[in-house]
Amino acid sequence: MTILNDPVSAKLGSRQQLSYIASQAADARLNVELETEGMTLNIGPQHPATHGTLRIIARLDGEQVVWAEPSCGYMHRGYEKLTEVRTFPQVTSLINRIDWLGSFANEVPFILAAEKLMNVEAPPRAQWIRTILFELSRIANVSLFLGDLGVQMGAITPVFLAFRDREYVLNLIESATGGRFHPNFDRIGGLKDDLPAGWIDETKVVMKKLRNFCDEIETLLFGNEIFQSRTRGIGVIPRDVALQYGLSGANLRASGVDWDLRRDQTIPLAYDKVDFKVWTHPDGDSFARCWIRLQETREATKIVDQLLDGIPSGPVMAKVPKIIKVPEGEAWVSTENPLGEMGYYVVSRGDLGPFRVKIRSASFNNISITPWLLRGVYVPDIITILASLYFILGDIDR
Amino acid sequence: MHPPRLKGEVNPLSSPAETTAPIVDAPRDAMVAAIRTTLGAAVVDTLVKPGDDIWLRVTTESWCASIQALKDTHSFDYFCFLSAIDWMPSPYGRGEDDPSEPAPVRDTVIRPGYTGGDTRMQMLVRLVNSVTHLGINIKADVPNDSFTIDSICTVFAGANWHEREAHEMFGIGFTGHPDLRNMYLPSDFEGYPMRKDFPLLARMVKPWPGIVDVEPLPGGAAEDEKDGSSEEGAS
Repeated sequence: MTILNDPVSAKLGSRQQLSYIASQAADARLNVELETEGMTLNIGPQHPATHGTLRIIARLDGEQVVWAEPSCGYMHRGYEKLTEVRTFPQVTSLINRIDWLGSFANEVPFILAAEKLMNVEAPPRAQWIRTILFELSRIANVSLFLGDLGVQMGAITPVFLAFRDREYVLNLIESATGGRFHPNFDRIGGLKDDLPAGWIDETKVVMKKLRNFCDEIETLLFGNEIFQSRTRGIGVIPRDVALQYGLSGANLRASGVDWDLRRDQTIPLAYDKVDFKVWTHPDGDSFARCWIRLQETREATKIVDQLLDGIPSGPVMAKVPKIIKVPEGEAWVSTENPLGEMGYYVVSRGDLGPFRVKIRSASFNNISITPWLLRGVYVPDIITILASLYFILGDIDR
Repeated sequence: MHPPRLKGEVNPLSSPAETTAPIVDAPRDAMVAAIRTTLGAAVVDTLVKPGDDIWLRVTTESWCASIQALKDTHSFDYFCFLSAIDWMPSPYGRGEDDPSEPAPVRDTVIRPGYTGGDTRMQMLVRLVNSVTHLGINIKADVPNDSFTIDSICTVFAGANWHEREAHEMFGIGFTGHPDLRNMYLPSDFEGYPMRKDFPLLARMVKPWPGIVDVEPLPGGAAEDEKDGSSEEGAS
């Protein structure tokens, strides 16, 4: 707006007009003099709104981010190197700690890769129990995300509901595997143990509770006007950009890519025995990502229910030698983990331990888009965008 | 405390998974044939494991161009990961040896994996077609003298972080990469941890507790496994 067309100056007399113009000019000059190179805002490594020790360095121009980059490595544990000095069965106790909210799901792709190299297949009952526990860890993981989502926007209640209901699922995982967070239950050729008595009925009750939790969150959060205005149209990732950065899981499906590894690949898990819907959303914004996760949690409870009804009888362990030597070869197996595609590229040399394991974790790719995505957003939106991308620090740093 | 276990008393609905692997994999074979025509001389070797995966090895010079062609012509538009493999066997073994004893003689011959290889380091990229969900593992040799290869950041923006990781872990240089800062390690860290000749000190300074696993089990019968190796198993 030039000063001559300024509606304020047009109403004033000529003398007043001159002084108004002069004051405007002085303001403009002052603004030029005060213009700085921008401010650098350091978020984290320890910050209540980051999930762990992620540090984000953002260069700001006023309220807008000009440049932002996450700084990782505060939790780098070098698992890829450590796997090289361990035997195949020992590796599961390491990789449990990658995505610590859905630990069991980390074990499955590695075990499947080892089984693929050994040409061993777990008995059907073990496959079904694996799938059930896989989905339970998804529910435990994503329900915490749904609760945490509210906290990022100032709503405290949802996180209490999430912790309450996640506890039921963790109790189930604990009673079946013995470990709440790190089950270490998966074995090459099957599972450590069968399910405890009464577990199936208990699980059905919990699944009902979790569906109620999803309904609660949906009315509490997703219908909330503040939530919608903080997430709709913010942090939009178009389909081709999402693919280029290798986004996976709900982040990819929220950008309209209809791809779910549970449905779209042949894998020795029981997903082909159940009927479930893969949700997609065309918008690609923060809201879409959150919404997809809500639907997936609901869908996961239905998968578990169906699997519990049809679980076959039989052994839970195939015949494998006591000392496991994996034949020479290379194998890639990935599964649809709570955070997205998690895969292991395992190279074996016919030895007791792997020669090389490349861990492809979902969060690393999901968060690598942030320098692109955060450019131009407002400071409060950094938090909601990061929350909606949903990452676990251990899954970035490995 | 665990409740008592069920003994498989549940209603059997599913049929046991059939184990007959397909011998011919038509879509993957067709894809490999199409890739060979597109890339021409850039292809060094290919491998199809029926029902499993495709491996493709391209020349070092055509690394970036081949990936561009795979993305443009064959719609491998999903970037899964980029990494490297150091094919040199570790001179330290796997670390389970007793350090008080003399080190055993180790095989130091560099043997490449699928689709071969002439160098110690190899790049490994996995791309997936987001419509057909067909994946491909692409390898390329990294020259032994320079450890440098072209960056594919211009093809897949997501490769940026993966190349930074490969740079600090394997010491591979990427020409054309905008910013090869360390991601995980301190900037003054010396050495490349994922190289096989980088020792894992915790394993060097004391014998590995896991060594007990390969001792004969007390009272265990070792006669049914006679493969002549150092470890003995009870079935």
